[in-house]
Amino acid sequence: MFKRLQEWMDARIPMTKTWNIHLAQYPAPKNFNFWYLFGVLAMLVLVNQILTGIWLTMNYVPTSDGAFASVEYIMRDVDYGWLLRYMHSTGASAFFIVVYLHMFRGMLYGSYQKPRELLWLFGMFIFLALMAEAFMGYLLPWGQMSYWGAQVIISLFGAIPGIGDDLTLWIRGDYVISGATLNRFFALHVIALPLVLVILVFLHIIALHEVGSNNPDGVPIKHPKGSIPDDEKPKFKFHERFTKKYDIADAIPFYPYYVVKDLVGIGIFLFLFCYVIFFNPEVGGFFLEPPNFEPANPLKTPPHIAPVWYFTPFYAILRAVPDKLFGVILMFASIVLLALLPWLDRCRVRSIRYRSALHKLNIAMFAVAFLVLGYLGTQPATPTSTMFARIFTFLYFAFFVLLFFYSKREKTKPVPERVTK
Amino acid sequence: MRQFLLALLAVIPALAFASESDIPLDEAKVDLHNKASLQRGAQLFMNYCLGCHSLKYQRYNQTFEDLGIPEELGQKYLQFTGHKKGDLITNNMPAEEAGKWFGNPPPDLTNVIRVRGKDWVYTYLRSFYVDDSRPWGVNNVVFPNVGMPHVLQELQGVPTKAYEERMVDGEMKDVYVGLKSDGSGRLSPSEYDQATLDITNFLVYMAEPMKLEQRRIGWYVFGFLLVFTILAWLLKKEFWKDLK
Repeated sequence: MFKRLQEWMDARIPMTKTWNIHLAQYPAPKNFNFWYLFGVLAMLVLVNQILTGIWLTMNYVPTSDGAFASVEYIMRDVDYGWLLRYMHSTGASAFFIVVYLHMFRGMLYGSYQKPRELLWLFGMFIFLALMAEAFMGYLLPWGQMSYWGAQVIISLFGAIPGIGDDLTLWIRGDYVISGATLNRFFALHVIALPLVLVILVFLHIIALHEVGSNNPDGVPIKHPKGSIPDDEKPKFKFHERFTKKYDIADAIPFYPYYVVKDLVGIGIFLFLFCYVIFFNPEVGGFFLEPPNFEPANPLKTPPHIAPVWYFTPFYAILRAVPDKLFGVILMFASIVLLALLPWLDRCRVRSIRYRSALHKLNIAMFAVAFLVLGYLGTQPATPTSTMFARIFTFLYFAFFVLLFFYSKREKTKPVPERVTK
Repeated sequence: MRQFLLALLAVIPALAFASESDIPLDEAKVDLHNKASLQRGAQLFMNYCLGCHSLKYQRYNQTFEDLGIPEELGQKYLQFTGHKKGDLITNNMPAEEAGKWFGNPPPDLTNVIRVRGKDWVYTYLRSFYVDDSRPWGVNNVVFPNVGMPHVLQELQGVPTKAYEERMVDGEMKDVYVGLKSDGSGRLSPSEYDQATLDITNFLVYMAEPMKLEQRRIGWYVFGFLLVFTILAWLLKKEFWKDLK
């Protein structure tokens, strides 16, 4: 019976074909490690955000009078509303954790290098859309930090010479953050940006499946036709789309092998995720900031305004610069440079396993700079912390400059022909 | 950026400054399972606090149910505002007028624990002292220049700052050693500590009424995840056997 249904469907839409190309006969390198989990986790969190978001929207009131009270209504009066809200608030932070790890994976194994430049760029656009989505979502509870955080961030656009003031007015729809701002942020948060995110994720995956996944060795699994002896070819059937032009080696079908492997990873991830939801939703003020349990008050500035933790590395860079406009430029540059990695890294060897000690050190320096900046961004600015923020901002940018110069003539280790186990 | 933030601060007429102080806070050993303490806290709150401070995001009947108070008793002894049992716990304090009386309208306290922390609230309730320079004749150690009177004075008595003569850097100086009540209150110091702990406990409940249920469900979720992860791991092992 299902056979006939399947035939009926396949005659009308490429159902089985799509399943085979993208899952059951999709060749994935057999040597994926722990780092290759975070893409799947990011998709899981995206689905979580969309589903819980839909249900939150059913009771949320996007007006300056009603927003804060409606969130408390969800927390107290809606059945399991607190669960939906904590899943959503925890999901926001979890999204950034897995995306940062996913991006760092790309840096470790040179996944942005040719031919995956566009794949990397789609990823960077996802990151940008995610930041916009998170920023606008953070205004919606209409707490003190929502209000003042948005006030500070939007006023950054005022630093742009000439059009700055008009631009901030246009973004806010008012002279200060107000109900008008809340309303448009709500529209963008629940419709526009999720739509953009889903489309970009779709393109990201299409681009990935066109070029194929990189792997921890950074060596291709596609080899010229006839170069792999038959007894060394994988015993699996891959779609002819992949085998027509190349010999595929050291690959396994994504379904079932990586599906079942990812399920284990998902289980472990959910342990951490649910620990936060059920036992520690505030995570010491990092996931939910204490001042945000006070309704927005335009007349009372909180003593210390800090964005949520996932923006703090960039916020620290912004604050490190005495000049506002230059600070804004540097903050955006810190993200643009990440997007330019495929062209800044001129080395032909992808994986950190076979690259020079200098490169390993450089990547370590970048990671440390990012973490320290993230910490500094959460703290009130003091002369000492500003000095440290400047040092680590310098190191953050030094990573890209150094990479550009040494990567051209880097002393790399010999790269194996084939993926190692 | 800092100048910019400072400029922002200057532009906005900050009417209220919740001045931060560095007084070490006492730990509030609250217990959400202690229904008696929660009920006493509710009673104290409704009698002494609700006149000015609302709990406007929470409903009476939900509170009664969670605290194990029968509805008729709750309505009779804890509801003084003429509300229905399903109403939100509001009061009749007109915010604008109250702003003139106290300098600031008394804040809603539904989420005060999440904003300031349980230890702060507990310490705050025990930190009023006589200060004739203030409009209400009292000040607070952890909230300098607080705008409210010491409403629990009839329970605690009149507290004053106590000093002791001590040797500091080779000189005899009066050192602040804490607060002392004159004993005119209805409660002994330890009873007063318990009463303020009960109020704090009640406010801890108020900030997160779902907390006990949340924990309980959490353990079931962990149980499910344990089974799920083990099964997924066994499944993975089974499938990946082929690859050896």
